[in-house]
Amino acid sequence: MASVARRQSEIDAPSSPVVHFDVGAPLHLACQQDLAPFSVAYETYGTLNAAKSNAILICHALTADQYVATRHPITGKPGWWDIMVGPGKPIDTERFYVICSNVLGGCMGSTGPASINPKTSAPYGLGFPVITIGDIVEAQARLIDYLGIDQLFAVIGGSMGGMQVLEWASRFKDRVFAAVPIATTAWHSSQNIAFHEVGRQAVMADPDWAGGDYYATGKVPRNGLAVARMAAHITYLSEEALHQKFGRSLQDRSAVTFSFSADFQVESYLRHQGSTFVDRFDANSYLYITRAMDYFDMREGRGSVLADAFRGTQTRFCVVSFTSDWLYPTRESRRIVRALNAVAADVSFVEIESDKGHDAFLLDEPTFHATVRGFLNAAALKRGLGS
Amino acid sequence: MNAPVRSRQIANEKAPRVDHILIAEMVEPGARVLDVGCGDGDLLQLLSERRGVDGRGVELQRDKVNACVARGLSVIQGDADRDLDDYPDQAFDYVILSLTIQATRQPKIVLENLLRIGRRAIVSFPNFGHWRVRASLLMGGRMPVTDNLPDLWYLTPNAHLCTIRDFADLCERVDATVERAVAFNDYERRLPIKWSLSMQNLFGEKAVFLLHNSKRSKS
Repeated sequence: MASVARRQSEIDAPSSPVVHFDVGAPLHLACQQDLAPFSVAYETYGTLNAAKSNAILICHALTADQYVATRHPITGKPGWWDIMVGPGKPIDTERFYVICSNVLGGCMGSTGPASINPKTSAPYGLGFPVITIGDIVEAQARLIDYLGIDQLFAVIGGSMGGMQVLEWASRFKDRVFAAVPIATTAWHSSQNIAFHEVGRQAVMADPDWAGGDYYATGKVPRNGLAVARMAAHITYLSEEALHQKFGRSLQDRSAVTFSFSADFQVESYLRHQGSTFVDRFDANSYLYITRAMDYFDMREGRGSVLADAFRGTQTRFCVVSFTSDWLYPTRESRRIVRALNAVAADVSFVEIESDKGHDAFLLDEPTFHATVRGFLNAAALKRGLGS
Repeated sequence: MNAPVRSRQIANEKAPRVDHILIAEMVEPGARVLDVGCGDGDLLQLLSERRGVDGRGVELQRDKVNACVARGLSVIQGDADRDLDDYPDQAFDYVILSLTIQATRQPKIVLENLLRIGRRAIVSFPNFGHWRVRASLLMGGRMPVTDNLPDLWYLTPNAHLCTIRDFADLCERVDATVERAVAFNDYERRLPIKWSLSMQNLFGEKAVFLLHNSKRSKS
């Protein structure tokens, strides 16, 4: 229970800076509701240059947060993209000013379902409006305005982060010099939605979820959220990665027990993934953010023509996919590239050979890192940022 | 960080390919260029350094695409046979196919696409009408293995080899006007322009054609 209290304090008063937007500056959401007041929590690294031309916004994936290269205040683990962001690393904080914010609806200091609703003085719970990737990006844009930055040098992100990158490039065409959407898609497929629905149903089937009002009970839907995480985690790996990591190896025993305890290493691993996730993530946030991803479809309102989302773009794109990613496979990235070609955009596209599945973008993949480094260096030259 | 930079410097020190130099001469400074089958990006780099072009590339092999992007070039992993359909009409000033057309499955469709996507197209190819090739077939009775065609017949990526005469024919069929055609001999020297097509076809080891769509220029 200590961890529940600790997480709540990260929601109300995070370890990172927070910018508060008061009732006078509501966020107009896609669902036609206004959200006010609201907060965006963020971390920054490096130094913004005098021209304010070296800022990189990193957009995080579903279950990550603003602690991209900072030790996590709850788990104590290194930042989720520590391998990528830092001095001398592919996203070099000695050259670039790196910003990463917790998404709207998140639970690490940005306003979400676990935040206090000023109208009721109780957590929003299911009273929080349903948000979209577009809303998330609008909230980020407010943060970028607040930081006084007109044009971001680059917007980078993988998975749901990649959706935000595409949304940024489409919504704010002259505010994004370069864009790196990684292992992502321009719309959520029916299979993607199906996996998310399994996770949401697991959360909502847990009696401790209490119709979304578990905050007052001192309990959280641990089991449901852990199952959701376990199911999702399988989609982040590849069959090959699972096989190499675990095969059919048994966990701390030499024979099967003829029971439903975690005989196999893979079972024990998934249970661990599930339980550690529960300690750091809010169940309702999980529902809201997966919903935002399911609603994501860049063709919407454009007569089903994806290319129209990018018409007139001057942004330099670098689209990246991984061979073993079956959550957002290469064909989804190719679709984005085709749309960009159709509007004669400046686009690079690389499919990285990897057996690590969707999670490859978070892991040590030297070719991928060389791609991002090379692309950013070349874009920096074009932007007039000396090496 | 240091290792790739060093290897790039070494790559830059090697002399540019002669057909690349010629292509660079044909391209107007500052033009928008698409290099189909761009390999490691040597031509794109040359065009960018010498002509200040806004260059893009398409390359089939993943590791080569990666090398290009890592050296700062805008390159897409893709297939000339399949992916050119995605490009809009006249999106580029020049579309270049350098020593690649012989490896495509549908050279005619690829060429038509080049003429549609670019205001001009530049195509270089190994000449199968070269005397060495002819001699190899005539005397040895075997498929030729030369500097230009280094692979054995069962290992070669080349699916559609042609001669200079054949290519000139294809240009007519797809309504392409030949603005310039240059052939190189075995010593990578340009053959005299006044030579007849037959002579170019006999002594040219490879050729570079600068084309545009004749229908479009009339309309």
